[in-house]
Amino acid sequence: MSRFLRNQGWVAGLFALLIFLFVVTKLIQPGYGSGDFGSLARAVLPYAFAVAAQTVVVIAGGIDLSVAAMMALTSVTAASMMNGASEEYALFVVPFVLAMGLALGALNGVLIVVTRVPDIVVTLAMLFVLQGAALLVLEAPGGAAAEWLKASVIGTVPIPGLPDWADAWVPKALVLLFVCLCIVWIPLRRSRLGLSIYAIGSNELAAFRSGVPVARTRIVAYALSGLFAALGGLSLTISTGIGAPIPGPYLLASVAAVVLGGVALGGGKGGLLGPIIAVFVLRLVRTDLTLLAIDPNVTAIIEGLIMVAVVMFGAFITMRSRPAGATP
Amino acid sequence: MTDIATMPQPVSFGRRLKRFMADRPLIPLIILLIILVVILQVLRPGIVNERWLANTAKFAIPLAILAGCQTMTMLTGGIDLSVGTVATMSAFIMATQIVNQDPAVAFLLAMLPAVLIGLVNGIGVGVFRVHPLIMTLGTSLIGTGFLQVYQRTVIASGAKIPDFLNWLGTGVTYGFPNALLLFVPVAVLIVFMLNRTGFGRLLYAVGDNERAARLSGVRYWQVITALYVLSSLLAGITGLLYIGLIKAPSLSLAEPLVLPSVAAAVIGGTSIFGGRGGYTGTIIGALILTVLTTLLTILQMPEGGRRILFGFIVLFVTAAYLRIVEDR
Repeated sequence: MSRFLRNQGWVAGLFALLIFLFVVTKLIQPGYGSGDFGSLARAVLPYAFAVAAQTVVVIAGGIDLSVAAMMALTSVTAASMMNGASEEYALFVVPFVLAMGLALGALNGVLIVVTRVPDIVVTLAMLFVLQGAALLVLEAPGGAAAEWLKASVIGTVPIPGLPDWADAWVPKALVLLFVCLCIVWIPLRRSRLGLSIYAIGSNELAAFRSGVPVARTRIVAYALSGLFAALGGLSLTISTGIGAPIPGPYLLASVAAVVLGGVALGGGKGGLLGPIIAVFVLRLVRTDLTLLAIDPNVTAIIEGLIMVAVVMFGAFITMRSRPAGATP
Repeated sequence: MTDIATMPQPVSFGRRLKRFMADRPLIPLIILLIILVVILQVLRPGIVNERWLANTAKFAIPLAILAGCQTMTMLTGGIDLSVGTVATMSAFIMATQIVNQDPAVAFLLAMLPAVLIGLVNGIGVGVFRVHPLIMTLGTSLIGTGFLQVYQRTVIASGAKIPDFLNWLGTGVTYGFPNALLLFVPVAVLIVFMLNRTGFGRLLYAVGDNERAARLSGVRYWQVITALYVLSSLLAGITGLLYIGLIKAPSLSLAEPLVLPSVAAAVIGGTSIFGGRGGYTGTIIGALILTVLTTLLTILQMPEGGRRILFGFIVLFVTAAYLRIVEDR
């Protein structure tokens, strides 16, 4: 137990913060119930996938600036494909969009490996490219989503043997999120590939000399990031019912949650659980601000300030943890 | 026949071209600009005349000044993505405050957010060592939030474009756009600063080898803070110029200029990794992009396609310059 706490201390602290925030929420709004929790889970969904996308790449020692643009592109693609199409057609759209995310993410990785341009520049250029592509697909917000997809995030999952009051606290969106993340993350974490991703993030040269296929691992990390971003884009389309070509604030939010979640921006450290809890914390802060009847625009400012402060704090910690005199 | 073996190996054409590009990056850029103008003239005979030249200059100038911000920050290995928001804020505040305020007061109020954002950027990058991209993205998000709140408070008073800015932005005297009155001093100042002053040399030094610069007694955070404040101030002034040109204050006024400003600096030969480049190349880069935009408009390429093209240009040019530098 003590070993678990030492290893997962940061995540445990974060979880305590989340519980604390729930208590605060309940104090501000005594009526805060399972329905509100359901809408929180729905709001978290795209953010959580964006954060998962960023986490994989950051652990591999890189950064993906194209996350938000990738989400916008996959979202408008899904929305315009499902527009006016039959319900069954969506069964084809979902895997198609996911494959598209995987392929575009892999393209990010290939470009980084082939051109040898640093990832920050490649993904910045890809941000522009994907944004442009999203505008080509859909010039203004529009499109549609299949009804069964929309229904897949609304309501709760009935669990046999659980009383109704407890059941109400298991929103479908939350279950969907955990299922999607676990299907990809748990096998990855236990495989040689997952170990390679941590290895190249921790020390690329050492990983290379130990026989880790650095280039291939990097491409896979970016491909997975693309897959998660596509999931995020899909969840955007599903929860809003349309696709918007202008990327949301997901890039900064993903970086902030990664930092807050205890994943070192240098790479090689951390897991997926921390950043996901961090997303809930950041979203819950927003909920609290809204419940306090603060102007939504002011809420946006406060949220931005929090995210910038978190990123600053993370950078400061990274700087301090380096041996004195080392170049950042 | 045996003589050939003893003769020095002739340098291959590709290698000579590379060396030429590296030594005199301006000449190929100017050739590219002329080629673009010729293509334009072929596609639309008679388009290239005095009025077209003045018009191109008018639209290239705001872009060139913003690209100057990117050039200076890139020399230190940074980037300033908040220039769009800063320019928009200054323009919007100027247009709304001029209704009830003295022009001088309105000008000061318009410059205030620019200085503040620059200061926050500088402290975040210089003291806390946040990556400039993330930092400036965050401040631009916060700035947009503030602007939205501000917009609601001035919705009743309306907005107008001051006559002077109108004259500066759109006016043409003897075939020369009046904006040159602002641009020429700014350009001379930047070039002089980069090449002839201690501050300019510090920017190159910090970007080339930060650790060496620090060990030689450069106060890193002071240089960076001054740099980002300067960059923000220039962006604010550009906003005032741009509102005189566009004449419609909106909350996304200068946002479309951000991506081209990065592209212009990169095309102009400034390395995104720091330490290499200059402002003259950037000016030609801005001209190339403006002519290219005209060309793409004539070819009826949609906005999305333009962004894709600009993204690939940034990636391709960075990769090409990387090869040239590696060869030396």
